Amino acid sequence: MPSARLFAALLLLAGPVLAQEDALPAPLTGTPGDAARGRAIVADRQRGLCLLCHTGPFPEERFQGNLAPDLSGAGSRWSEAQLRLRLVDSRRLNPDSIMPSYYRTEGLNRVGSAFRGRTVLSAQEIEDVLAYLLTLRDGDSR
Amino acid sequence: MRRALALVLLAPLCLSAGAEERRSGFADMARETQAMQQDDTANPGMLWVLEGEALWNRPAGPAGQSCAGCHGDAAAAMRGVAARYPAWDEAGAAPIDLAGRIAQCRETRQRAPPLARESEDLLALTTYVGHQSRGLPISPPSDPRLAAARERGQALYAERRGQLDLSCAQCHDDQAGRRLAGSTIPQAHPTGYPLYRLEWQTIGSLQRRLRGCMTGVRAEPFSYGSPEYVAIELFLASRAAGLEVETPAVRP
Ligand code: HEC
Ligand code: HEC
Repeated sequence: MPSARLFAALLLLAGPVLAQEDALPAPLTGTPGDAARGRAIVADRQRGLCLLCHTGPFPEERFQGNLAPDLSGAGSRWSEAQLRLRLVDSRRLNPDSIMPSYYRTEGLNRVGSAFRGRTVLSAQEIEDVLAYLLTLRDGDSR
Repeated sequence: MRRALALVLLAPLCLSAGAEERRSGFADMARETQAMQQDDTANPGMLWVLEGEALWNRPAGPAGQSCAGCHGDAAAAMRGVAARYPAWDEAGAAPIDLAGRIAQCRETRQRAPPLARESEDLLALTTYVGHQSRGLPISPPSDPRLAAARERGQALYAERRGQLDLSCAQCHDDQAGRRLAGSTIPQAHPTGYPLYRLEWQTIGSLQRRLRGCMTGVRAEPFSYGSPEYVAIELFLASRAAGLEVETPAVRP
């Protein structure tokens, strides 16, 4: 997304303190993420939900959404820490984003009883998705 | 003239949708689904129209009174009625939607056992009455007593909710026409209800549709018949003023 990149560039210009606000360096768990499990979560419409909005290098998946940037190359465009923040709470970067916050339970309204107090993904699932996104390098989409 | 006036009055309500032309969900459907809706012999919703017609003429309650007994021929008496609902209900001093009005007539005038929301009989009667307005423009009443609930509906439409933290407006104003997985996001105009949804394999009300969008964002839905749903219905009708009633529509 040009606007997101511009925003990131502006943050970098603004110096190291602000640049930290564009990223979440600390892993959420002690266990490194598993890229294969991450790929399965991204493709799963009940768990990751990602392909409802995004397209990505999933030739086997029909009916991918077009509300969001293609995930191909995400690992070249963003660092691990930047991707972590985008998954945990993309609304810290863009309050109007439609991308759900995958690791947030506060500040939500009328959450369904089955989901109350629960995050969309668990900490380990976020690390798994991250490990997968980092394998998506420019030039080898698909 | 009246339509133009309504559009001017409503313009501030739908700024973001206004940039793009307003279109029924019908326009976004596959050709085959459109053909199914347009051919009465193929449109499964017509079964509920027929069932509704039978109920309209069937006596019920201790006095053995039918809807037709009071209202006469629905083709004349009910033409245009669905196009102006929700409307103000004097008895309840609150807005009421078409299904609510039919259930109320049944209970207080026929004194027949109440019809539950989404029951086959209430859906059939509502579809039958709605069908009498097919082709007419949605024409919300100008009754000022509806204004507060309509505004509440607009606020509910703009409010984020659920674990996914999305508002109706974020999808239906900002993303309409784009694809959420395989579904084209419609502008959310309530033109065809009750309608036959292929995914449900049956007919359903507008409130059932709203409930589906609420649970889709993992929010706690409101209860059927609640003032919140009627308020959203009021807002959606004002946003869709001038678009044609399609009841019974078909949707994927
Ligand atoms: C309801 C829509 C939606 C869902 C679901 C969603 N996203 Fe997003 N995502 C977006 C949008 C829109 C953007 C663009 C930036 C913004 O508006 O915040 C985005 C941005 C991103 C970015 C940055 C992309 C870039 O190249 O700039 C990544 C990476 C990402 N999403 C990954 C994911 C993953 C992984 C999932 C699932 C676990 C997911 N998204 C689920 C809507 C969504
Ligand atoms: C995440 C996106 C999303 C959100 C949020 C959402 N909807 Fe929807 N809505 C859809 C999609 C997609 C469809 C079409 C589904 C289909 O037919 O396959 C739809 C269909 C509808 C329709 C049916 C239109 C027709 O032509 O029959 C109405 C009305 C509607 N939504 C109203 C609402 C309201 C009111 C809200 C908020 C309470 C809401 N939606 C929230 C995605 C959404």
